[in-house]
Amino acid sequence: MMTPAAQDPGATGRQIGMPLVHAVNVMKAFDGNQVLKGIDLDVRKGQVVCLLGPSGSGKTTFLRCINQLETIDGGRIWVDGELMGYEDRAGTLHRLTSKAVAAQRREIGMVFQRFNLFPHKTTLENIMEAPIQVKGEKKDQARERAIALLARVGLADKPSAYPAQLSGGQQQRVAIARALAMGPKLMLFDEPTSALDPELVGEVLAVMRELAKEGTTMIVVTHEMSFAREVADHVVFMDGGVVVEEGEPKSVINNPQHDRTKSFLRRMQSEPQALEHVPETLQEAMIADTKRHPQEAE
Amino acid sequence: MSTPALSDRPGLIEARPVRHPWRWVAVAVIAVIAAMMVSSFVTNGRWDFSLSAQIMIQQPVIDGLVRGTILGTVGAMIIGVSLGILMAIMRLSDNVVLHGVASVYTWFFRAIPRYVLLVIIGSGIGYLYNTLDVGVPFGKQIAALFGMSSTLTFGTIDVNGLTGTIVGGILGLGLSEAAYMAEIARAGILSVDKGQSEAAQALGMPDGKAMLRIILPQAMRVIVPPTGNETIAMVKDTSLLIAIPVIAELNYQTGAIANRIFKIMPGLVASTVWYLIVCSVLMVGQYYLERHFGRGFGQKKPKDKRFARAAGMGGA
Repeated sequence: MMTPAAQDPGATGRQIGMPLVHAVNVMKAFDGNQVLKGIDLDVRKGQVVCLLGPSGSGKTTFLRCINQLETIDGGRIWVDGELMGYEDRAGTLHRLTSKAVAAQRREIGMVFQRFNLFPHKTTLENIMEAPIQVKGEKKDQARERAIALLARVGLADKPSAYPAQLSGGQQQRVAIARALAMGPKLMLFDEPTSALDPELVGEVLAVMRELAKEGTTMIVVTHEMSFAREVADHVVFMDGGVVVEEGEPKSVINNPQHDRTKSFLRRMQSEPQALEHVPETLQEAMIADTKRHPQEAE
Repeated sequence: MSTPALSDRPGLIEARPVRHPWRWVAVAVIAVIAAMMVSSFVTNGRWDFSLSAQIMIQQPVIDGLVRGTILGTVGAMIIGVSLGILMAIMRLSDNVVLHGVASVYTWFFRAIPRYVLLVIIGSGIGYLYNTLDVGVPFGKQIAALFGMSSTLTFGTIDVNGLTGTIVGGILGLGLSEAAYMAEIARAGILSVDKGQSEAAQALGMPDGKAMLRIILPQAMRVIVPPTGNETIAMVKDTSLLIAIPVIAELNYQTGAIANRIFKIMPGLVASTVWYLIVCSVLMVGQYYLERHFGRGFGQKKPKDKRFARAAGMGGA
């Protein structure tokens, strides 16, 4: 557990010198089933942290707690020095109104396993929706930025396509662009490639790799070991609602200390469809894809 | 197994379709029955279609059609749909007060027959409350208690002047419709994937905005078809306006003319034809509404090459 330099969880107001994400003893139960049993996590600005672990280990729940899609039963989560979901008034916690919670979420982008694009809106409208409706951006300005974001995820030619007309990989790239449109301080990825056909995983991971290179702070729940190994600064292995092991990807993935980590990694490495290497750029991902399916090339 | 030589491989299929002889028999029977009906229309003078056509275009009938049937349908459905969606949202809300109010509303208005409700509004409410005072609640009692000269009443509405007219009828039909629409809208809202509201939340959208811009437009795809059904039912239920009583309504007007000239059946045919016409127009409207709210959900598959991998072209 990395300890931040200066922090006082009990004090009110914004915390200075705290990591961008500072989670202490986070607990969550669903109907008496304790899913999170006291998770601690620090993420500094610009860091990429991967949460690994078997399904049911609580990693997705923890990710959803960070942006308040789940309310926590115990512990505290600060994002950029702001206590999430509650206001600390002289030592007493007061639940924030849903409006205030919505305001906190604006700073945090999220990408879902099942994309969750708005099916009744085109890709461009999907990206423009929140900047216009939530931030009150001008339509022209939002459109300009949406076009730039679409180009950034390699979909400049699909501004007026509806999500149903896109492949899974393309939909997920639009979803990333949609989250980026709000200019978030932090990006959360909840198994962003788990719902994709194996040949589409590379293009999404390549976009995420480019984001990481640009210094985006990211927390990624994933089963893609190649991504954790090559892109993450820090990996956290969770099982049964606790952090079993964490550290640099090299040490955790290549030299795990705990039996649970070892058996999980063994299982992951025997996955036949696992990606060996995360493409450096989107272009590389596309070229690799054409190589795998030469009959598709014109 | 060896691959057969190219020339041996089976080519395009030119097969005989399955024969359906009984369909032809059915068509013949239906044709005979239809011919008999048409023949009776011509030979049986009591149908008197030309009289029906004349009744259809009488000024009171047209007035009743426009001001009673069409205006009544439009008004009642506007109240029904908007109040119904509001009730559905309230029913799905975490707020127990809103949930309770919506549940009681639906329970009450679904239980009352529309005819009974319209009689109550037309005759009962005006009898119980001749006038409606707008002012401080219990203003008269408070004023009496403290011996004030004012009654704390700012204005008075003549209840009879409203409930005895088409306004009361539209209100009654609309309130009743809202109870049914609430259930339809609730089903529509529940049909939208939970991931949609989560995506909106994650973008920092307030709940109301997420409902209006993300959830409801998608729910409409499920809400519109049964609403078309409800609208068509409402066209016919405007004939209940007579319970208010409102007589500027299609069925009453054709009946009134038919009764006066002792030609009951031509009058009924006249109103039937008008109802058919109005409902046909509504069905066309419904088609366009469904197409509008179905955008993005079409079956159109993209011309994406990933999906266009032709069978038999050989993979790696």
